[in-house]
Order: sequence, then structure tokens, then C-alpha cells
Amino acid sequence: MPSANTLSPTAELKSLTRDLRVDIIRMIEAAGSGHPGGSLSVIDLLAALYTRSLKHRPKEPGWPDRDRLILSKGHGCPALYAVMAHEGYFPKSELMSLRKLGSPLQGHPDRMRLPGIEASTGSLGQGLSIALGIALAAKLDKKDYRTWCIMGDGEMQEGQVWEAAMAAPKFKLGNLTAIVDLNNGQIDGHVKEIMDLDPIEDKFKSFRWRTRVIDGHDFDQILPALEEAKKPSDVPLAILARTVKGKGVSFMENVIDWHGKAPTKEEADRAVAEIQKNG
Amino acid sequence: MAKATRQSFGEALLEYGAAHPEVVVLDADLSKSTMTLAFAKKFPERHFEFGIAEANMIGAAAGLAMCGKVPVATSFACFLIGRYETIRVSAAYNQTNVKLVGTHAGIGIGDDGTSQMGLEDVGAMRSLPHVTILQPADDVETRQAVTWMLQHKGAVYIRLTRQKVPDLHGADYKFQVGVCDRVFEPSKRPAKLQATVFASGGTVGEAVAAAKDLESRGFAVRVMNAGTILPFDAEAALRCAAESQRIVTVEDHNVTGGLGSAVCEALAGRGCAVPVVRLGVTDFGESGSGEELYKKYGISAEHIADACLRNL
Repeated sequence: MPSANTLSPTAELKSLTRDLRVDIIRMIEAAGSGHPGGSLSVIDLLAALYTRSLKHRPKEPGWPDRDRLILSKGHGCPALYAVMAHEGYFPKSELMSLRKLGSPLQGHPDRMRLPGIEASTGSLGQGLSIALGIALAAKLDKKDYRTWCIMGDGEMQEGQVWEAAMAAPKFKLGNLTAIVDLNNGQIDGHVKEIMDLDPIEDKFKSFRWRTRVIDGHDFDQILPALEEAKKPSDVPLAILARTVKGKGVSFMENVIDWHGKAPTKEEADRAVAEIQKNG
Repeated sequence: MAKATRQSFGEALLEYGAAHPEVVVLDADLSKSTMTLAFAKKFPERHFEFGIAEANMIGAAAGLAMCGKVPVATSFACFLIGRYETIRVSAAYNQTNVKLVGTHAGIGIGDDGTSQMGLEDVGAMRSLPHVTILQPADDVETRQAVTWMLQHKGAVYIRLTRQKVPDLHGADYKFQVGVCDRVFEPSKRPAKLQATVFASGGTVGEAVAAAKDLESRGFAVRVMNAGTILPFDAEAALRCAAESQRIVTVEDHNVTGGLGSAVCEALAGRGCAVPVVRLGVTDFGESGSGEELYKKYGISAEHIADACLRNL
């Protein structure tokens, strides 16, 4: 058995995301509302980004040379908060204030209330445009920070996303990476039934993006994709991550009702026990 | 010399932008109409053409602002306000330093007709926190308002005319945000003025013409210019109300939600019971010349004069 400090990056991330999944469940349980499905689908991507890829300083969130990450699917913010707390942006004890009056942990991310949040989001479809503007500014200032934008698959139904997708290659924004959390769930049902996006890779390719399709829960696929994003290029990269909504909690996985519902105490206990057992 | 305020904006932008590299300009296929083309030609590296995709342009402007740029995003007023949700969340809720420039305000644009007329933009923008709304009346004021906008830290919406407007301010005019200025005062002051007219943008010249006409007929009417619509100069409204038998407001915008509403809110909130006659557009517009439309839709000098005199 390898000791903890010799764990492979993949094993370390698996261990970490087990804890973060527990945080997500407990936060949403305490809040009494929130979005477990899309938080659990995106947590592996966020954990890999924050611990292995992003250039950032949790104690200096305004550091001018930091990479910028925009969670355009703002409802997945319990996952973002859990990772940020782990990285030291704020004390872990604050996680339980999610959605409470006066909390910096708003129901959707608010950059004016929580340092480290790059953009206030939650109205789906807007994040990629903001990210594009940030990437343009980096080019103008000849800075080498990268801009990352995480979107949901349901979000891709918004027209503004495709306005931005059309514009990013025109402006040669190789410093911009879009990550799509393809968990195939949205409020009214499965994405495939509500408004099918496939072939999503062809769409990005036809908009002149580089693409990479990965399993969004397999760190052996996530980490190389994040490395690829850092390679110099004039062409933006879309990482299309196939994920499972509610990943890690069997009774939530692929169940549409868990898009935006808080677990009861009993359900949360069951979920946590399962995460800890299987992790 | 009569000049469209969009033209004055383009000139002021070019001048200010030359000395301020943080200024960047974003367009949505209308740079020839919003008058940013000169800036685009002179500073191509600081000009971004987004094509006919205003929502993305506004969102990108927010991103640029987050990185210390002073982004100036332009289109027709109606097309900007059509992307209200992006303005609301990306620009306003994020408390960015985005400058939104809406040209082709109101029925004054004339021939192109309703779909190109910004008629509800002020009403919608007035309900957004963290946004200042400017509507300068002539060349002198527009240049100063544009410079103020570019220096100010915070989101600004400026509304500009397609049509030429007459000069109303002297070279010594000093634009002050949030302050209404007097552009016409009758030479003879009775105990109470017949009326004070509050106008903004394309209607200020009409109001001055009406006041001059009324003066020749023996009526004393003052004209106040609202170069800033939000925050509105409530003190000016109260002061004028105390000195006038009535207040008349006139705007090239829907009669609901704009200048007239701002004046009424200011007065009612202070318990001021002076009658207010609001002139503005009550329907969509149509094609025709700007002058014809001002007459047909009741915001021309003749209608303003009538509103100052008619029995209430």
C-alpha cells in the first residue's frame, strides 16, 4: 500500500473528491435547497482544475496574473464553494452558511460577496461571453493567464452561448477553454429529450474550436485535457466532459428530480455513507 | 451648428480614447451608425467587431471591464435593451465599468420605423441598480457627458440621437452628472411661471422653441434640460415646481418609465402637488420624417406649448 504522500495524482484526487462530495451533500442539506445533481457531476472537473491546473493564490484572490475560472452553470456553485474552501479561500466552516441571509455563499455565485468568484452567474448562457472578454483583455495586456468557462449541457441551449462560440475563434482566443459538463439532465427532463445537443462535438468543430471529449469523472482523462488547454494555440479549446448527474450517490444518479432538490437528513446520511464506502 | 449627438459622441470618444489606452470599443455591425468607425480605424487593436450578436458583445464588455478596461459597447438603443437580461446580470449585477451607448433614440430617427426606434430603453434601464443614465441634448453637452462617462467608475447607459439637434449650451457650459440645467428662462418673471418644461435629448430643442413662442405670446415658461436621467435631479424638480403653475415633461420615449416618471416620482415623493403634464410616445412609432413623427406623436414644439397652456 502506498502511503498518503506517495499517492498518484489520480488517487489523491479521488480521495479529495470523496470529501468534497460529502461537503456538497451536507451544504445542500443544511441549506434546505440547492442543486446536488449538477454539483456532483462537475466536482471532479473543478477539483482537478483548482488543485492541478489553475494558476491561483487563494490568499490573494485579486492577483492580476491568476487564471480566471467562470462557473457559468452557476447553480453548480456548491461544488465550487467546496473546492474553494479546500483551497483556503475561506474557512470550511462557512460552507454551512450556503444560501443563508448575509452569507457570501449565495445560491448562485456572486463576485461582489465572495472574493475568488470571477463573475456573478446563474442566468445561463452568459458566462462564455464574459470569459471571452477576459481572454481578450489578457491578449491586449499580453498576459499569459488563461480563462476557463464551465457550462452545463442544458445551458448550451441558450443562443448567447453560440454567439460567443462564434466569436472566440475569430479573436484567436487560444487562451480560452470552455468545459461543458455533459450530464444530460435539466429541470424538465433529460437534455436529449428537452432539446438534443448532439452532435455537440461537431457543433464546436463547425464553430472552429479545438475539441476534446473526455469522461468527466476519470482523472486519467481530465488531467491530460487540462494540460492540452495550456499548450500555446490561437484556437480556443472545448473540453466536452461526459458526466453523470448526481455522480457518487446511487439514488441521485441520472434522476432528474435531484437537479434542484435538497436531501433530507436521512437521505443525506445515506448519501454520505455511500460516498464514503465507495469512494 | 446642429449636430447629431451620436456624431458628437464619436468625436469625443476618438479624442478621449487617443490619450487613454484602457478604452476599448465594441460594436455589433453598426459602427458606421453609432459613429465609432473613426475610433475603429485609428485604433484597430482596441476595436472589437462582434457582428450582429449584441448579447455576446455586452457580456464580453463585462469581461473586459473586470480586467480594468473601459469597454464602450454600442448599438441602437432598441437592440441594446433587447438584451436586457445580459445587461442586468453581466453588466449591472456584476457591478462592472461597462459603458453602453444606445444611439437612434426614439421616433426622431424617422424613416426606418418602429423596429429601429429605442422607445422603452430608459424605462427598463431605470429599474437597474448600479447604472447611471445620461441623455445629453447637444454637441457641447454630449462631449462633456461622454468624457464624464469614460472617467467614471461604474456602468453607464448613454442615449443618443440619430437626428441633428440644435446647439443649446454655450462653450462655457459645465456638465454635472445628476444635475438638470436651465436652457431657457423667460425675460419677464411673473409671480409664478406659467410652466416649467423638463426635456431631455432630442426634445430639448423643441421645448426651447415652444418657450420662445410662448414668450412672444406673453407667457413665461422655463425649460430645464435633464442631461442625467438617473440619478434624477429631484431638487431641480422641486425648485421649479415651487415657482411654476405646472410642470410639463417631454421625451422621445414611451411616456411610461422615462423622464416624466422620474419627475413625478421626485415630486410625489416630497408631497409636491403641482400638476404634471407628461408628453411622450404612447404607442409604437412608424415611418416618416422625424419632424412629422414628433408632430404626429405629440412631442413637437406646438404640443409642448399647448401642454403649457391648456386647461387641466
